Amino acid sequence: MSTVTSTRRGGRKRARLLSGPGGSVVRVASSVIITFFGLLLVTFLIGRILPIDPVIAAVGDHASEAVYARVREEMGLNLPLWQQFFVYVSNVLHGDFGKSILTSQPVLTDIARVFPATLELATLGTIIGVILGVPLGVFAAVHKGKWPDHLVRIFGLVGYSMPIFWLGLMGLLVFYMKLDWVAGPGRVDAFYADFIEPTTGLMLVDTLLDGDIDLFWNAVSHIILPASLLAYFSLAYIARMTRSFMLEQLSQEYILAARVKGISEFRIIWRHALGNVMVPLVTVIALSYANLLEGSVLTETIFAWPGLGLYITNSLLNADMNAVLGGTVVVGAVFIGVNMLSDLLYRLLDPRARR
Amino acid sequence: MRKLIAGLILGTSLATAPLSAMADTPKNALVMAFSIDDIITLDPAEIFEFSGAEYSGNTYDRLIGYDIDDVSKIHGVVAESWDISEDGKTFTFKIRDGIKFASGNPLTAEDAAFSLRRVVKLDLSPAFILGQFGLTKDNVDAKITAPDEHTLVMEVDKPYAPTFVLYCLTAGVGSIVDKKEVMEHEKDGDMGHEWLKTAYAGSGPFELNKWTPNESLSLVANDDYWDGAPAMKRVIIRNVTEAASQQLLLQKGDIDIARNLEADQLAALKGNDDINFQKRAKGTVWYLGLSQKNEYLSNPKVREALKYLVDYNGIADTILAGRGTVHQAFLPDGFLGASNDNPYKLDVEKAKELLKEAGYPDGFSVTMDTRNTTAITAMAQSLQATWAQAGINLEIIPGDGGQTLTKYRARQHDIYIGRWGADYQDPNTNASTFAWNPDNSDDAAAKPLAWRNSWDPKEMTAETEAAILERDTQKRIDMYKDLQKKVMAEGPFVVMFQETEISGVRSNVHNFKLGPSFDDNKYRFVTKD
Repeated sequence: MSTVTSTRRGGRKRARLLSGPGGSVVRVASSVIITFFGLLLVTFLIGRILPIDPVIAAVGDHASEAVYARVREEMGLNLPLWQQFFVYVSNVLHGDFGKSILTSQPVLTDIARVFPATLELATLGTIIGVILGVPLGVFAAVHKGKWPDHLVRIFGLVGYSMPIFWLGLMGLLVFYMKLDWVAGPGRVDAFYADFIEPTTGLMLVDTLLDGDIDLFWNAVSHIILPASLLAYFSLAYIARMTRSFMLEQLSQEYILAARVKGISEFRIIWRHALGNVMVPLVTVIALSYANLLEGSVLTETIFAWPGLGLYITNSLLNADMNAVLGGTVVVGAVFIGVNMLSDLLYRLLDPRARR
Repeated sequence: MRKLIAGLILGTSLATAPLSAMADTPKNALVMAFSIDDIITLDPAEIFEFSGAEYSGNTYDRLIGYDIDDVSKIHGVVAESWDISEDGKTFTFKIRDGIKFASGNPLTAEDAAFSLRRVVKLDLSPAFILGQFGLTKDNVDAKITAPDEHTLVMEVDKPYAPTFVLYCLTAGVGSIVDKKEVMEHEKDGDMGHEWLKTAYAGSGPFELNKWTPNESLSLVANDDYWDGAPAMKRVIIRNVTEAASQQLLLQKGDIDIARNLEADQLAALKGNDDINFQKRAKGTVWYLGLSQKNEYLSNPKVREALKYLVDYNGIADTILAGRGTVHQAFLPDGFLGASNDNPYKLDVEKAKELLKEAGYPDGFSVTMDTRNTTAITAMAQSLQATWAQAGINLEIIPGDGGQTLTKYRARQHDIYIGRWGADYQDPNTNASTFAWNPDNSDDAAAKPLAWRNSWDPKEMTAETEAAILERDTQKRIDMYKDLQKKVMAEGPFVVMFQETEISGVRSNVHNFKLGPSFDDNKYRFVTKD
């Protein structure tokens, strides 16, 4: 609870900066730039401090010493550290994250290819999480201390504490193997994978653009299980926060006033109270969305989902440092972006924040 | 409120209504789940990884091939026949007529010469396989020539054993690329390398359709293949890294073949009538490297004791569970001259005696750099247990592949537990790794495994060099047998197991062939009911 309150406060503070005279926009912009630069520095240093050798990743364990030495030089690893960082930053500013050793492609091209898969999964996961999590939270708050409240909390706790890896395999075992309700790992059946030319990279959109309804449903039946799994994960958080926001609202005087006026209980809960809760909820939902965007590594592994999480993990395991740095910077940028966006929304939704 | 609950229930039941997965895989397509995230390039002059080797083995033709069931039988592929000059230094190949590249260009001797020269000139990781014959960037244009359309001439610097030269040409670097096509994509004198990293210019039974890194590799049949078109019109390889996911996909019939099943999955699938197992011993061994910089490990009695402190059968049965067999010589079974003698078995009493003779009756402490994979970690733990029985305290230092390898290459380990895969089908590949070390100084030019473990194999270095010049095949076999025996007895290597590759194959799929190397895992003869 305390963390969220502080996020809200922080949100208000930043929102206020945006609304101030011209100077504060500059301050926000410069804080974003400083954050981004810090991100670059930290990821770069971690990449260089790690006791692994990116040259081996490039040439393999069996390559001769001559090849090894040449590739080391080509990768710029002979330069002093500060010079390497300088080269790195100036490349990044030109939109060049270097080439991935593992795919022989520019890192940015790779990320543009894998990011839509994660985006699609996380978006659907968040939508399901919100659709289920918000009503569950409201439901629990209304029945505070009674069995529906406990039930929701236990359900949420399980979602929050269960190892996602185990849950994913169980999901596959039950809904794919035994019941045959959904399709298995992958974004579409393996055989169809190379029939789809990515336009947006979002499978659900691309299959519709191609006008292939069968393939669309195939993609739906593949995404529903991993998205539900992610949804369960974020649902637990969203329901818990909704519950406590609602409790706060329901104890306010205007609710009492509304009851006295004889407004229906349904209206009080779903219009008045929830309406006010929506504002802080935006931050919660945005944060959980950003979490899913970078934190779905295990889900992507079990479901053979070729997204950003899998890409970064695989790069890290193979000492493909350009890809790791590029991926991390993108994830960091997404976080910064989502945070800014939720601040902005907050300000739009809550007139008090503008004061 | 009631309405809401009703709505939720209705919503859930709609969401869980069967979304009917599509039917089984088509009859003329082969669909596989395989960890293919090690593919970093599609250029045969650069490919040096397992899955990459399998790709080039199915899509490119090479000059020479061998019988995968008896590797001593070498035959021509693109080369119809060959002659070797009296002095043993000139190889003349006659190029087969009627082979066409995917582009439609005919394959000529010039393409073959270009392909081999290109490997030497680009000098990428596997280039040393040809470099061993004295071929350099400067002399290769003169040493490898195509005097006419059907003749390829290759000159080597010493009278090597013919088998040595020919086996090296069966490796991935011997793949023949389409000169015209490749050079049309040349950029800054790179001989088309940037382009070919992600493209295709071969004449094999399958052509590249599409490679999406870390995601999938798809091939289409070459219907005009000179040696007969494959029955499978498409091959789709899906990158599925999780073994448990592979198992489920295979059981459901969503894929035809699962390539990376582990002990748990193999046990679960046993007795399933829909699934057969295809097994094949590979050219890979698991071994311990004992650094001779460590005072305990440099004692010959200690080295011998450690060889008696491995629960060979226990590990093979439980940890490897069919994915490996006990093998104690550095040459894997299936190689020319490989020794299949396994003289060591777990014998704690004998080991204790040896340790007493070495002057360490109470044992000692030592560390082992251990890669964080299930099988390797489990093996290390088994060793820790058996060594403790003899008083040796083994500390396991876990790390990922890059970490442990970096330390190993810098000679900073005590013990390294690892896998070593052969680079090409000739016995010299492992002899020059385990039994050869011409310079044991820290800044040596060549750094084979013997060097990494700071071991000077003395006269074995000379014997290894002599073996590649021995033109009498039987004598050559004897030399390798002798080398294996010596390394087994004296060397700082505890070779323990040879890898067995196991694939789970749906029972309606036939003739999926696994060979001794990944280059030989062929899709060409696969048929489906």
